Amino acid sequence: MSTDTEPSAADGSAEATDDAEAANASGAVDEQPTEAELRDRIAELEDTVASLEADANDGTTKLTIVATQGSFDMAYPPLILASTAAAFGWDVVVFHTFWGLDILHEEKSDDLKLSAIGNPNMPMPNALAALPGMDRLATRMMENKIDDNGTATIDELIELSLDQGVDLQACQMTIDLMGYDEDDFHDGVTVGVGAATALQHMAESDVQLLV
Amino acid sequence: MTTVNDVTETLDVKGASCPMPVIKTKGAIDDLDVDDILEVLATDAGSMSDLDGWAAGTEGVELLKQVEEGDVYKHYVRKTA
Repeated sequence: MSTDTEPSAADGSAEATDDAEAANASGAVDEQPTEAELRDRIAELEDTVASLEADANDGTTKLTIVATQGSFDMAYPPLILASTAAAFGWDVVVFHTFWGLDILHEEKSDDLKLSAIGNPNMPMPNALAALPGMDRLATRMMENKIDDNGTATIDELIELSLDQGVDLQACQMTIDLMGYDEDDFHDGVTVGVGAATALQHMAESDVQLLV
Repeated sequence: MTTVNDVTETLDVKGASCPMPVIKTKGAIDDLDVDDILEVLATDAGSMSDLDGWAAGTEGVELLKQVEEGDVYKHYVRKTA
């Protein structure tokens, strides 16, 4: 912005700037603020600090996770973090979109698959992994491991999360896109929400994760 | 420091792995009264760090003691509020 604009009747801001500069100059050089003014200013700042502190301590920690993946292995991280955060007393929202919807889908959540092909952690070459039934086999192997390890099932984690007040949300646009019905989801799942809702929760959150 | 002699209730989560020990502990603590002490028995090695972290980050609980006895990790949590 130009600083050498001629002050004019139409340009109040330029005059205001000049006035402020003049006030600053005279304040810095000639007049020290009085003790009363300083006391008032300190009291004002103390009030501001107290109100900021109250805001900071008042709000519980909030976590928002965006879950976009619907494979068996990718269903775990958001659910484990969400249910554990709830045990910390955090306010938790998980926004499920695209394939992440399948985690909340009553029928599909029991049938999520681990992909054998293109998965470098699988002890088989891609040529074998591409054969029919390999995803099912890989999923079965993982399910057995999970059972042996005493790890909770996906259904258990969903129920635990809902019981603890986690807000599991199903993105409306992708419900429509995937041809799902709002009744297809576990009881307690929030439907009728979109990107704006997710962003609002993210903005209010202390921790945001995209899974 | 409160002693752990007066255990109010024992929660057995042996065999369960992360995040169940923490979540079950939270649930059991919710059902107790202030100053009650919960004993948690777990076999998940991660429970030592996880319950410590949970207690530190959660209002109204105090982790009194953690001991390892054979395969079992014992945690003592007091409800403070």
